[in-house]
Amino acid sequence: MKIAVCVKQIPDPATPYELDSENHFVVRPDDQVLDDTDRYGVEVGLQLAEATEGEVVLVSMSPAGSLQGIRQALAMGADKAIIIDDEALRGSGALVTARILAAAIKSEGADLVIAGTESTDGYAGVVPQMMAELLDMPALTFARKLDHHDGTIRIERQTSGGYDVVEATLPVLVTVTSGAVEPRYPTFKGIMQAKQKPIDQPSCADLGVESVGSAGSKQEIVEVRAAPERAAGLKVLDEGEAHLEIVKLLEQAKVV
Amino acid sequence: MQIWVFAEETDGAPTSLALEMLTKARSLGDDIVAFLVGPGSAEALGALGAHGASTVYHLDPGDALPSAGAAAAMAELAGSENPDLILFGLQPTDRDVAGRLAARMGLPVLSNAVDIVIDAGSTSVINEILGGATLVETTFSGSKPHFVVVRPKSFTAEPGDGGDPIVVPVMAPGIGHAGSATVIESHAEESEGPKLEEAEVIVSGGRGMGSQEQFGAVEELAGLLSAAIGATRAVVDAGWVPYSFQVGQTGKTVKPSVYFALGISGAMQHLVGMKDSGTIIAVNKDEEAPIFGVADLGIVGDVHKVVPRLIEALRSRN
Ligand SMILES: Cc1cc2nc3c(=O)[nH]c(=O)nc-3n(C[C@H](O)[C@H](O)[C@H](O)COP(=O)(O)OP(=O)(O)OC[C@H]3O[C@@H](n4cnc5c(N)ncnc54)[C@H](O)[C@@H]3O)c2cc1C
Ligand SMILES: Nc1ncnc2c1ncn2[C@@H]1O[C@H](COP(=O)(O)O)[C@@H](O)[C@H]1O
Repeated sequence: MKIAVCVKQIPDPATPYELDSENHFVVRPDDQVLDDTDRYGVEVGLQLAEATEGEVVLVSMSPAGSLQGIRQALAMGADKAIIIDDEALRGSGALVTARILAAAIKSEGADLVIAGTESTDGYAGVVPQMMAELLDMPALTFARKLDHHDGTIRIERQTSGGYDVVEATLPVLVTVTSGAVEPRYPTFKGIMQAKQKPIDQPSCADLGVESVGSAGSKQEIVEVRAAPERAAGLKVLDEGEAHLEIVKLLEQAKVV
Repeated sequence: MQIWVFAEETDGAPTSLALEMLTKARSLGDDIVAFLVGPGSAEALGALGAHGASTVYHLDPGDALPSAGAAAAMAELAGSENPDLILFGLQPTDRDVAGRLAARMGLPVLSNAVDIVIDAGSTSVINEILGGATLVETTFSGSKPHFVVVRPKSFTAEPGDGGDPIVVPVMAPGIGHAGSATVIESHAEESEGPKLEEAEVIVSGGRGMGSQEQFGAVEELAGLLSAAIGATRAVVDAGWVPYSFQVGQTGKTVKPSVYFALGISGAMQHLVGMKDSGTIIAVNKDEEAPIFGVADLGIVGDVHKVVPRLIEALRSRN
């Protein structure tokens, strides 16, 4: 089975990111990490590839930087990567992102496409569904469990009140939640091998996608401002009596 | 101004978010239409009408996963009816349909909206980033319809004076393989007591509760206060409670009068789901924990001491 896994390189969430004051785009540092939520998709892809003697191709639209994030996913065991980093893409919205990723996936001809449910930095949460539409595939979304049998994918799809069991035949796109699998850590051997693995870097023109970036996305950030702050209230160090403060507050709020 | 609101029917009723969006739509436009996916019970149709929909397009997906079929049906209708704006909720099926529809029509979506502003014919959307600390305003510059995905609890659902809507049955056009996903089984994981989205009091626990057994103290306190139980993703991923308990960016957005955060650090992704609660009470042994930044009452202490004493004190009152 040929499996495409969509992964994002993002600025390390531990270091607060900056917005360019002029065009409001996120300022991308050179060192970017693999979006933590994408490790689950990589793991699901690797397990299916192992079971079917398949191949895992990573697809990413992100500033390439030092390729640190992509190498993290290659070190887990993916076979190769396609990364689209084109100056023209700055300010692109969800639909342009989906068009670019779908074009790259089409050029590879994947049976199965895997993505996260939402990215840590963008969290539009609609890019995978857009890709499914552009690739003419069913989308099995919000999978917390996934099985493959003879060309049929069956998932447990998380819903707000429980879960549904949903299935479709390949080719299909799946989005996976953090409950689906336990991602593996790269081994030393994996890290060494990752350095030799192929990383393609096509341009938008190579993929045949036009009108990209902020203008092509037909949306424009007009203002960025601080939200009204919620002030912190009383802070009490517990010396055995602090629960009484809670009782007092609950009385005031007429909960008890 | 013609505004459509996507509504999914679960357990015989539209999602509460659909009713919140209809209420907002009433304040923005004069021609409000709902697109209902589900069996189409009289109760669901009545609720849509009461919240402002004068027309309901109704698609019964049977056992098909509705996303692809609904998107194709909406694209056909939108092509002839020319709505100005289509609203979806930030929840699974809504997101599936929104993404597919936007890609099908080649138009942008703005997601994660906490507000929508229409000014001199231009539509813009307010987004929260960085855990709600920063607001971003984005406008659409292209052709209509504009698609917006709205965060839960951004607006309050209130019925208006609308009566029963005109119901127009809709069929999903044949779309082949993309529409072939089927739902085999459905399972509910509801807990006892009030629903998270509707509860007046929520007691949430985090990894600081220690273990699945010790999380029992959260359940006990919730029981005493007739509260709903919430949890962080760390707790859900550890398997202590099901996903339907998760509060935050990838879980539920809640706005109770009182929210307890017990052994919760207050990560950005948790805060976006609960920071608009009335009164926030936090217990954490780390006085630097970010949760204290939003807490009305912050107790620096051990949950294994403070929570049992609180339970004891509440018990002795009854
Ligand atoms: C894309 C993405 C989406 C996410 N979505 C969500 C989401 O929807 N909801 C969510 O909650 N998280 C979400 N997260 C995860 C989030 O970033 C945090 O990892 C998570 O909220 C942490 O949970 P926690 O507070 O229970 O655990 P921790 O961060 O480990 O905090 C435990 C706290 O307990 C305290 N503690 C420990 N022992 C005691 C004790 N005995 N007494 C008192 N206090 C004690 C500690 O001081 C600490 O502050 C998401 C992350 C990503 C990347
Ligand atoms: N620029 C991108 N490059 C690769 N994958 C992406 C990109 N944007 C989104 N995705 C995939 O789509 C999922 C949802 O992202 P989003 O819609 O941005 O919340 C992510 O978890 C990724 O798997």
